[in-house]
Amino acid sequence: MENKIKAKMMKPSRPVGIIGYGAYVPRYRLPASEVSRIWRGGLQLEPIQEKSVPGIDEDVVTMSVEASRNALMRADIDSQEIRAVWVGSESHPYAVKPSSTIVAEALGITPYTQAADFEFACKAGSEAIVAAMALVGSKMGNYALAVGMDTAQGKPGDALEYTAAAGGAAFIIGPANESLAEIEGVLSYVTDTPDFWRRENQKYPEHGGRFTGQPAYFKHIVNSVTGLLAELETTPEDYDFVVFHQPNTKFPKRVAKDLGFSASQFKTGLLSPRIGNTYAGSSLIGLTAVLDQAKSGNRILMASFGSGAGSDAISFKVTDQILERRSKALTTEDYLNRRTQIDYAEYVRMRGKITLK
Amino acid sequence: MDIPRHWRLNKQRYALTGEVCPHCNAKIFPPRDVCPECGDEAKTEFEFSGKGEIYSFTDIYNAPEGFEETIPYTVALVKLDEGPLVTAQLTDIGDQNVEIGMPVEMITRKIRSDGDERGLLVYGYKFRPLVTA
Repeated sequence: MENKIKAKMMKPSRPVGIIGYGAYVPRYRLPASEVSRIWRGGLQLEPIQEKSVPGIDEDVVTMSVEASRNALMRADIDSQEIRAVWVGSESHPYAVKPSSTIVAEALGITPYTQAADFEFACKAGSEAIVAAMALVGSKMGNYALAVGMDTAQGKPGDALEYTAAAGGAAFIIGPANESLAEIEGVLSYVTDTPDFWRRENQKYPEHGGRFTGQPAYFKHIVNSVTGLLAELETTPEDYDFVVFHQPNTKFPKRVAKDLGFSASQFKTGLLSPRIGNTYAGSSLIGLTAVLDQAKSGNRILMASFGSGAGSDAISFKVTDQILERRSKALTTEDYLNRRTQIDYAEYVRMRGKITLK
Repeated sequence: MDIPRHWRLNKQRYALTGEVCPHCNAKIFPPRDVCPECGDEAKTEFEFSGKGEIYSFTDIYNAPEGFEETIPYTVALVKLDEGPLVTAQLTDIGDQNVEIGMPVEMITRKIRSDGDERGLLVYGYKFRPLVTA
């Protein structure tokens, strides 16, 4: 069945690209050793060094506003020209009421715009990018803002508490001739695979332990990437940078190796050791770190993964507009360097785990 | 529930949108439609850069209703680059010392929840130490 349909890659008839990008990472960092100290007597092997923690007054809305402001500064367009604001997250502050309208209002994009929140576990951000490609590619609008941002939840003491972090990135998609990176194509691979979920009204997610690996993360990313490369007639050697969804340090390194990519290709976009897993923001913020370094003509491959499950593989080619654009806002490294270490008690308070009434 | 009151202030709270006087060019915040400098009508919207410096500050340990969960916090008078003085909370101070003259920048943050955990989330401007490249 699968092989009957030849063209699985998606690409709009009007070429599109990234015209502005922006990252955001909160200031606070919780070392993994702190989680291990409290719950495992300090004996647990730690999946990352430390994770980013949002301040007590931060959420997906405030973080999306800052990343989007950075993207808008780089795009250098009138915000009133943006025709869609799509925010992908699994930690929207409201169950009902869009985060995207608040972001759109804060950036001066309202009122003539689409606005909606996306949810697909960690794939919600790349899903928003693909939707933005379609809107711009079909000429329904010239510009669309896509955000992947999370303040991820992890049950105290659970394996996820080491890595569930906060941060993400925003992208303004526009016509390719105005872009700093043209999009060559996207291929998505989606199945019903229950590796991780959170039911309505539940504070913390459940996960399938080792089931999150082979049948979920690895299968979906390998299929989206190999499918995309086959249709673009490219090989791993054609890429200067590669960015994968990064739930820990081990998975992205292994999938890179399995697919034939080397450390020199993935190290720039691998941020999980320093900030943890930013869920819907994870592969997207890796891409911003790469764009901060990339040169004109470089090729970048990004593959997201979202539990439940799916992966979007997107191929980019950097244009000569990159140099001028990237200096217009703070870099991802600037946010990584703005670092205040906290202990488990401060973490528990910032994450609202202490109830005052 | 103060829904209309919060809603009316969205623009100035989210993006520090004030006014500029078409007669004497004074920048006005919060917007009041009458220029405090020359007394003429001033309704032209003006978006402030959000950059400024600390004019004075104080630490709050006994918070008013709705702010109890974030004590201790610092409130400052911020002198905006364009002129006006704005009262706002400081945030993301981390291990830095707050000082008069310290450069700060506006960011949009959660101010409080209107009522309990079922209430409207109120977003607005705070200031943080200027983040530089």
